[in-house]
Amino acid sequence: MALDELKIGGMGASRRRVEDNRFIRGKGQYVDDIVLPGMLHMEILRSPVAHARIKSIDTSAAWEVPGVRLVMTGDTMAARNLAWMPTLSYDTQAVLATDKVRFQGQEVAAVIADDPYIAKDAASKIIVEYEQLPAIVNPMQAQDPNSPLIRDDKENQTNNKVFDWEIGDKSATDRAFADADVVSKIQLHYPRSHPSPMETCGSIADFDRATGKLTVYMTSQAPHIVRAAVAMVAELPEHMIRIVSPDLGGGFGNKVPIYPGYVISILASILTEHPVKWVEDKSSNLISTGFGRDVYLQGELALRKDGKILGMRMHTVSDHGAFFADAQPTKFKIGLMHSTFACYDVPAAHLTSEGWYTNKAPGGVAYRCSFRVTEAMFFQERMIHAAADDLGMDQAEFRRVNLVKDDMFPYRTAFGFLTDSGQYQKCLDLGLEAIGYSTFAQEQEEARKRGKLLGLGISTMTEPLGAGNSREYDIIGIKMFDSAELRVHMTGKAILRTGAKTQGQGHETTWAQIVAHELGIPADDIVVEEGDTDTAPFGMGTYASRSTPVAGAAVAMVARKIRAKARKIAAHLLEVSEEDIEWELGRFYVRGNQERGVTIQDCALAAYSNVPDGMEPGLENNAYYDPPNLTWPFAAYICKVEIDPETGVWDVLQFVAVDDCGVRINPLIVEGQIMGGLTEAYAMASMQYITFDEEGNCIGSNYMDYLLPTAWETPGFELYEVVTPCPHHPIGAKGIGECATVGGPAAFVNAVMNALKHTGVRNVDMPLMPNRVYEALQTGKDVSGMPPVKAG
Amino acid sequence: MYPSRFEYDAPKTLEEAIAILDRSGGEAKVLAGGQSLVPMLKLRFASPERIVDINGIPGLNHVRVDADGTLRIGALVRHEDMENSALLEKSYPTLAGAASLVADPIVRTRGTFVGSVCHADPQGDWAATMIALGGRIVAQGPNGRREIDMRSFVLGPFVTALAFNEIAVEAVIPGAKGTARGGYLKLERRVGDFATASVAVYLDMSGATVNRAGCALAGVGGRTIDANDAISVLNGKQLTDENIAAAAEAVADAADPRTDHRGSADYKRHIVKTFVTRILTGIARTEQKAA
Ligand SMILES: Cc1cc2nc3c(=O)[nH]c(=O)nc-3n(C[C@H](O)[C@H](O)[C@H](O)COP(=O)(O)OP(=O)(O)OC[C@H]3O[C@@H](n4cnc5c(N)ncnc54)[C@H](O)[C@@H]3O)c2cc1C
Repeated sequence: MALDELKIGGMGASRRRVEDNRFIRGKGQYVDDIVLPGMLHMEILRSPVAHARIKSIDTSAAWEVPGVRLVMTGDTMAARNLAWMPTLSYDTQAVLATDKVRFQGQEVAAVIADDPYIAKDAASKIIVEYEQLPAIVNPMQAQDPNSPLIRDDKENQTNNKVFDWEIGDKSATDRAFADADVVSKIQLHYPRSHPSPMETCGSIADFDRATGKLTVYMTSQAPHIVRAAVAMVAELPEHMIRIVSPDLGGGFGNKVPIYPGYVISILASILTEHPVKWVEDKSSNLISTGFGRDVYLQGELALRKDGKILGMRMHTVSDHGAFFADAQPTKFKIGLMHSTFACYDVPAAHLTSEGWYTNKAPGGVAYRCSFRVTEAMFFQERMIHAAADDLGMDQAEFRRVNLVKDDMFPYRTAFGFLTDSGQYQKCLDLGLEAIGYSTFAQEQEEARKRGKLLGLGISTMTEPLGAGNSREYDIIGIKMFDSAELRVHMTGKAILRTGAKTQGQGHETTWAQIVAHELGIPADDIVVEEGDTDTAPFGMGTYASRSTPVAGAAVAMVARKIRAKARKIAAHLLEVSEEDIEWELGRFYVRGNQERGVTIQDCALAAYSNVPDGMEPGLENNAYYDPPNLTWPFAAYICKVEIDPETGVWDVLQFVAVDDCGVRINPLIVEGQIMGGLTEAYAMASMQYITFDEEGNCIGSNYMDYLLPTAWETPGFELYEVVTPCPHHPIGAKGIGECATVGGPAAFVNAVMNALKHTGVRNVDMPLMPNRVYEALQTGKDVSGMPPVKAG
Repeated sequence: MYPSRFEYDAPKTLEEAIAILDRSGGEAKVLAGGQSLVPMLKLRFASPERIVDINGIPGLNHVRVDADGTLRIGALVRHEDMENSALLEKSYPTLAGAASLVADPIVRTRGTFVGSVCHADPQGDWAATMIALGGRIVAQGPNGRREIDMRSFVLGPFVTALAFNEIAVEAVIPGAKGTARGGYLKLERRVGDFATASVAVYLDMSGATVNRAGCALAGVGGRTIDANDAISVLNGKQLTDENIAAAAEAVADAADPRTDHRGSADYKRHIVKTFVTRILTGIARTEQKAA
């Protein structure tokens, strides 16, 4: 008889996360837990200034500290041609500075010593003489022709521009604006934010001179990309490089780039012939590793009086810091910004983008988002909110008019994406019902009598998750497919490996559920391993919500290959022809005689003990999966806030989240992802602020200033689901890891803006700290987070 | 995060602890809850040669009231003990109001009331309550004990009147002549955040009349702001709307905030004024109800 899928932990089972067994017992193995014999410790000396020429570096006192084995500077790196390294965006980044420092916190020297205390003591004894240069801290300054050239190391670089980029149909968009009854505009800043994983970045490099093999334990979300990059940069043969990404304490995009510390530790191990451990502290992680966002967004909508959107124009100005180290697909300089307005029927659209260097840490990592879609969706939903107000239309009604209808799929967006499925209206209606939309006006009126201002904000969006396909998506030329390898052992237990890398997403739990669904092997009988490039099949790693859409699909496909072979074995065991075999969960049987069958475990045993003539023994296979399209989940987030007008303090009264991520493999994990994402969205909207003074000093460079939300102040979230299976994914799943971080912020901000509507204020930039809200209330004017633009 | 090298002592008596401090000639630091000192060590903002851990010294964790109404808080009383104290809840509204707003619940299990006052952080909450309540610190050194009035205890940011060889053994708060009223309000960006602005108010009242009003502010100046003089406009008066407004105005004037990413100086002053008004209005309402 067929197995009960929920009982074996298959699809749809809210199985507890198996990895938590070791995490909650303190038995996780993070990079810093790994101790190798003879291991040395590395400390990096960072620049205290944002922009300066290095006049001299005196390391003599550091060398004299007992226990110091090696002191490295840019010269040490340069002697091996490693002073600079390529970034994931075809730029270069200094490993240890040789000529200039270009941001506060940049790597200047490194000390390798017997223990981390000695390394730290010695690093403080290095004397660096700086000749300070004016710092550029925003793209407006960078544009000034008189401003200093940050990247004077690059040939042919005559200004501070990183790129110009454009997409869409300009003339069609111009025509739409010419035909418009109303044009609505908005201008926003999406402030810098930091992914701030609990675990910082780190590595242990272990070069074995005897074998010529380099093993690096490293905090990487994409170990295979690192192997490829190390092979190219360090000119080591790829089969002699093993990258191991052990348990990761979060990533959120922060652990996609390749950081100088990794490279320095590798050279340090080669030079000292010892394993070298480097683990940065929290402050270093916060000031020097990949930031997200920092984009100025402006745009406009061409509107017909009845609310129909005719066209959309958008311009972005992004701040990339000193090195263009974004992790974006090659073709798309500003990531998938052009996914903006994908859930709305917009006939014509045009996007122009410019990127600038500044004297800040390199930014542009996809902090819990699929390559700048966070900015794209924030702009979209803030624009929609403003446009509805400009038209005097109800927020829900304006969305209803413009959302892509169920019968319009597959729908080609003005920027060329193909959205393939969804029930947008249904999600929105469910959310409106849950928050009590129809009685809100009354509630607002009553609150006003108590001296409080109520506001309700909606954010609806679909986003492109799961890059590839490989035709369009690559990173430094490596195509964005993914992989899975499954070995079923003799007793029907199995090991699964993929090219993804879990860092909190729960792959060890959910991948086993996909196999259970496909093969009927209980999820508890399947162990999942990722992150070791010597054993895992090649893959592009985990970020951009791509694991389930790509690697998860590969898991289903490899399980199906295994089932196909098992079917042949079953036919052999049951002595019938393969055509007469039927499958039900966990079992093959003879058509017309359900009693006569063999289990998948019987087939596994036979694969090693009793295969038909001519068949290879064993039951293992692999699958590489190149998705035909992105997946398009949809979300409707609706937030109700109350503002205390005397202080500007606002509280969330209710938050409703309706997510359609297609088929849910593990509802418990999906809900966890949504709750976590909304928490981060709340943090960005309300409290997170990291900025720079005129000299380029980072303000908010520790966790008493840059705030991470805790359970105490984070509001509760009510979750609802709608399921529209993905038409092309083998199990109908869509990405979900990032929907809430992407779509969430606009719901909070729109709610506060709605409460301020009577004042005429159109925008307050994030974070909506009480002082900003109070200022808006007092002045009736927008509050901009943008730095004052200096006249040229 | 790796601190500089230091020696560690865990003496069993106050005398022993003081002797170690005395011998170290200013190079030693007392460790109480460690919630300010340990982060500073890790960030290497402080690199003392020696740490004198007082947690093993008996007799320092009392919260008690003398016969004359004087409240005594020992050096090892944790923020959490303050929060959970039924005595404070009932009779010391200023302290009770602050207790649940200091840091976060995790920090509150270790950090001490007296340690916080000794730390003299301009954004620290307890020093403000102590100044408003007219408290004193009992300091013990090689030559015995002395009492230091809170108004002259905090000398500047992170600087107090304690000598290098003295330990603050107790905080002392005089009893009210009439009934103790008061409150504490704090604007923070998140639980566990230091104050953007906070206000401690204390009123010693007989009937509807204020015998003595006390007030101090955190987060709105280079040190804890002593606003006792400002709020003294209420002394001998009743909590009418005009008097409350005058007091709030005077206290806001005493604040010395600066503009930063948490808000403009004007905004912070406005918050001070709003909080003083809210605390006083709340008390006035309770009085009216009682009457
Ligand atoms: C995350 C976090 C958030 C925080 N938020 C707040 C907040 O919102 N408001 C707030 O007020 N505080 C806050 N704090 C600080 C906290 O309240 C500390 O507990 C307090 O400032 C110091 O008390 P302690 O017992 O921990 O002292 P320690 O850290 O042990 O010592 C602090 C200083 O005082 C000296 N000292 C301590 N006790 C004595 C003594 N008996 N005699 C002489 N010297 C002594 C030490 O030598 C040291 O210089 C926060 C701390 C953290 C880690």
